[in-house]
Amino acid sequence: MNTASASALPAWQESIYRAIKRANVRQVAYVPDAGHSHVIHRVIADPEIEDVVLTTEEEGVALACGAWLGGQRAVLLMQSSGVGNCVNMFSLLASGAFPFFALVTMRGEYAEFNPWQAPMGRATPAALELMGIHVLRADAPEAVEDVVGAGLDAAFEAGDRVAVLLGQKLIGRKQWEYTR
Amino acid sequence: MNSTASLPRVDRRAFVARLIAAVPKALVVTGLGSAAYDVYAAGDRDGNYYLWGAMGGASALGLGLALAQPDRPVVVVTGDGELLMGIGSLGTIGAKRPKNLTVVVLDNGHYGETGMQRSHTSLGVDLVAVARGFGIADAFAIGSLEHADDVARRIDARAATTFVQVFVEANEAPRVLPPRDGAFVRNRFRAALGLKPF
Repeated sequence: MNTASASALPAWQESIYRAIKRANVRQVAYVPDAGHSHVIHRVIADPEIEDVVLTTEEEGVALACGAWLGGQRAVLLMQSSGVGNCVNMFSLLASGAFPFFALVTMRGEYAEFNPWQAPMGRATPAALELMGIHVLRADAPEAVEDVVGAGLDAAFEAGDRVAVLLGQKLIGRKQWEYTR
Repeated sequence: MNSTASLPRVDRRAFVARLIAAVPKALVVTGLGSAAYDVYAAGDRDGNYYLWGAMGGASALGLGLALAQPDRPVVVVTGDGELLMGIGSLGTIGAKRPKNLTVVVLDNGHYGETGMQRSHTSLGVDLVAVARGFGIADAFAIGSLEHADDVARRIDARAATTFVQVFVEANEAPRVLPPRDGAFVRNRFRAALGLKPF
């Protein structure tokens, strides 16, 4: 992986961690993505947060409901392709009226090199909405902290089901020459 | 081949009744279908969360609960078909290994809810080997009623993440239906832990 220094990291990634901490989130479940890597490193190092690496994203939906049954707030981090993996499990959120908050890094929408990312990436907002999840979106670095905070409030103060899409433009071009 | 096919099998409802009665402090999550009916037939409890859908989600839900409530034993009671649909969850559990989590799989080797079609465990899949391979060292299979007491002691001890495959007879006990209002059960469960609806 890239070992960019902390100072070189985009501030918006640290602002997501700040928002998660401010909301007293105690479990962060994830299928890794480059766009989430800073937050993942931060939560692994944070003794107040349980980091849970998943084999597939739908586990994170069920895990978040279990966390909340037990009195803790959980956040799910995934890539847009993971939204498709979750569809039936989203029914748990509606059937149990569980609060839910996910951060979704987008693929297939801006400067995408891999055409296989396009079908699910472009279907992601509609797939979430079809399953009753309120979709918010951030494309500008300076907007991220506010949108993420608003989504966390809606989920855990109003009991809503929310996904914040982090636009591919935020994350930038993937450097295919250097990575797998 | 299935090396475990010759093990004795136990009546699922009798086993679950004995197990649940022995762990009054446990928080219990059920998979959908027969496992939910078995747990409900053992007596409705505020500390039960019954799934009626979300197939494959019971174990991951139990993990989130176990991490949130480390001082309480958490038991997932589910069937072989439900577990198989979310089998990767055992890997996720194996990576976290909360000591207070026990997964009890009532394995009748069939999809009981849909007409008793054979499942993978009738066709050579060894769930204990899978659980061990996923990093859950305390994984074993049982098939008699008396074993419920040993499982209950392990649940109460909260000493290690445990996976128990219980070979049960492939019979259909009378359906005893737990509440289907997931929000009601959710609020009741949280209230029993001293938590507000949200």
